[in-house]
Amino acid sequence: MPLTQDEQSPRVSARGATEEPAHAVPRQRVPKTRYRVRKQTWRDAFKRDWQLYSLAIVPLIFFIVFKYGPMLGNVIAFRRFRPGGSIFGDEWVGLRYIEMFINDPSFWHVFTNTVVLGSVTMVVCFPLPIILALMLNEVRQQYFKKFVQSISYLPHFLSIVIIVGMLMQLLSLEGTVNQIIGAFGGEEVPFLQRAEWFRFIYVGSEVWQTVGWGTILYLAALTSIDDSLYEAAKIDGAGRWRQTWHVTLPGIRPTMVTLLILNIGSFINVGFEKVFLLYNPLTYETADVISTYLYRVGLVSNNLSYATAIGLFQALIGLVMVLSANVISRRTTGTSLW
Amino acid sequence: MVTDIRTTDLAAVRPRLTARSRGERVFGAVNATLLVLLCLGMLYPFITVLAQSFSSSGAIKAGQVNFLPVDFNVDTYAAVMSNEQFWRNYGNTVLYTVVGTAIAMTLTTTYAFVLSKPHLKGRKVLIGIAVFTMFFNGGLVPNYVLISALGMKNTMWALVLPGAISVFNLLVMKAFFENLPKELEEAAQIDGLGWYGIFGKIVLPLSKAVIATMVLFYSVAFWNDWFAAFLYLDKSELFPITLFLRNLIAGASTTASEGAAAAGSTTAQVSANIQAVTMILTVIPILTIYPFVQRYFVSGVMLGSVKG
Repeated sequence: MPLTQDEQSPRVSARGATEEPAHAVPRQRVPKTRYRVRKQTWRDAFKRDWQLYSLAIVPLIFFIVFKYGPMLGNVIAFRRFRPGGSIFGDEWVGLRYIEMFINDPSFWHVFTNTVVLGSVTMVVCFPLPIILALMLNEVRQQYFKKFVQSISYLPHFLSIVIIVGMLMQLLSLEGTVNQIIGAFGGEEVPFLQRAEWFRFIYVGSEVWQTVGWGTILYLAALTSIDDSLYEAAKIDGAGRWRQTWHVTLPGIRPTMVTLLILNIGSFINVGFEKVFLLYNPLTYETADVISTYLYRVGLVSNNLSYATAIGLFQALIGLVMVLSANVISRRTTGTSLW
Repeated sequence: MVTDIRTTDLAAVRPRLTARSRGERVFGAVNATLLVLLCLGMLYPFITVLAQSFSSSGAIKAGQVNFLPVDFNVDTYAAVMSNEQFWRNYGNTVLYTVVGTAIAMTLTTTYAFVLSKPHLKGRKVLIGIAVFTMFFNGGLVPNYVLISALGMKNTMWALVLPGAISVFNLLVMKAFFENLPKELEEAAQIDGLGWYGIFGKIVLPLSKAVIATMVLFYSVAFWNDWFAAFLYLDKSELFPITLFLRNLIAGASTTASEGAAAAGSTTAQVSANIQAVTMILTVIPILTIYPFVQRYFVSGVMLGSVKG
């Protein structure tokens, strides 16, 4: 990284200098000063921009302490940790904790649950905002469109505690869902105590929370599609469906790909808080995921190093997945995050 | 046909291009119906909880409350609002939200301003430091160990500091600053204004829309957070209202699951209207400010995302 910065520096400083009239020099002298600028470039940068650098100090301290600190704290996955001792552990134990979870059947159980829940959530929750955005795009009355948008964004702003509270009321034995079942003569179902219902409830409420807010980026992309493309498609005899297929969808493809990559990166971290609030020992069979398991192992049973090893494994999977999705997408579609 | 298009109203342009056939009118009607149903589905949980908050627990237990309150009363509101613990935790939430948002806005705006200067040497490294944390993080246990080691357990700082910069918000803000007209800054530089002056006197006053959006995003995040409090606070007098609510709900549901299936549900229902009232009182501040800032956040997020 510093190397590429160095290579670029003459250009960058030269451009910086032209912005400042104090440094403005006759054009023919620029090549002469280049060599000197290259050698003193950091000193020049600080002299010119010390106020900018000083503004970055506090945010950088924040990142180092609260983001990179815990990242380094992951070393306790390989070290024995004593409560009250160093936050980076006391002595190396090698791969002991890694072997521990590889040989732990409960770990593989929650790993499978995580993969299933994460994939189902992604498969269901990724396409729905696209469909909703296309539907909204077909609405002619702007006030109606705005109204639907306002309503559907709302769940995004609610605390997960409220969402789970509402779910519990709706799904309780006296709740609306059981009333409907009762009206059709069915038997009441204690949904939240049934492991076979958990995934359905989780994914369904996830749709409710995310579908509206998920449209916001697609709607932005839709407004930027060139209208002459629709004109051309129409002249070629394309109806509404074929216009959607050949103009609209390709127009929002970069947005779709970007969001898909981000989804792939986060799917292993399925919403810990919602699972944690929704599950109970009766539904562990399908509901228990890596993050809830490591919470119980680490902070309830106090096996901090073991839980850290699991957490590190999970974070690395997420990182590898987002990096590979990014590479694959750059090769195949030409769209990537960076 | 093409000439009467107002090209400024982009969203409205396309439908006007095509004459409406019968099939399209049917499509439009079906589409609108589906969207109305969607809105009802979105709103239904709110409506039920609102109705329950004004109903008697007996009516809720009998499964009579759906759209409208049954046995209308405000006794539950009076009961919840006379609870000292409720108000103390509500006050805590206000305090944590105000302090957290103030810190977060200070850090995010200053860093976004620095990152928005393309000539700055080392800018890419500074961006990388932030963006990397989006894709890799320390995990639950190392965070817990760190906060404990810093002595922040049972203080407000454990809730307020770790969330001080959201990288997503940072990038939206950076994109907004990059789109501000350069000429103003250059003119200010000629007048001898330093970067501090440019930031305070030129950039911030021009950025009201994005600042309003970010204040909304951060304050909603701090208002809604319960898990940090659950992890780091042991004393109930420090709890935010979300944790108070969570304990209400969890208390009701554990008794229900322990009593298993059919028999236990009475215990849960005793507090159903209390839960409903607490939920309503917790979301009211968000629902009140939401309509006013909505127009800002739509444009703010769209701008940031299209450019960034």
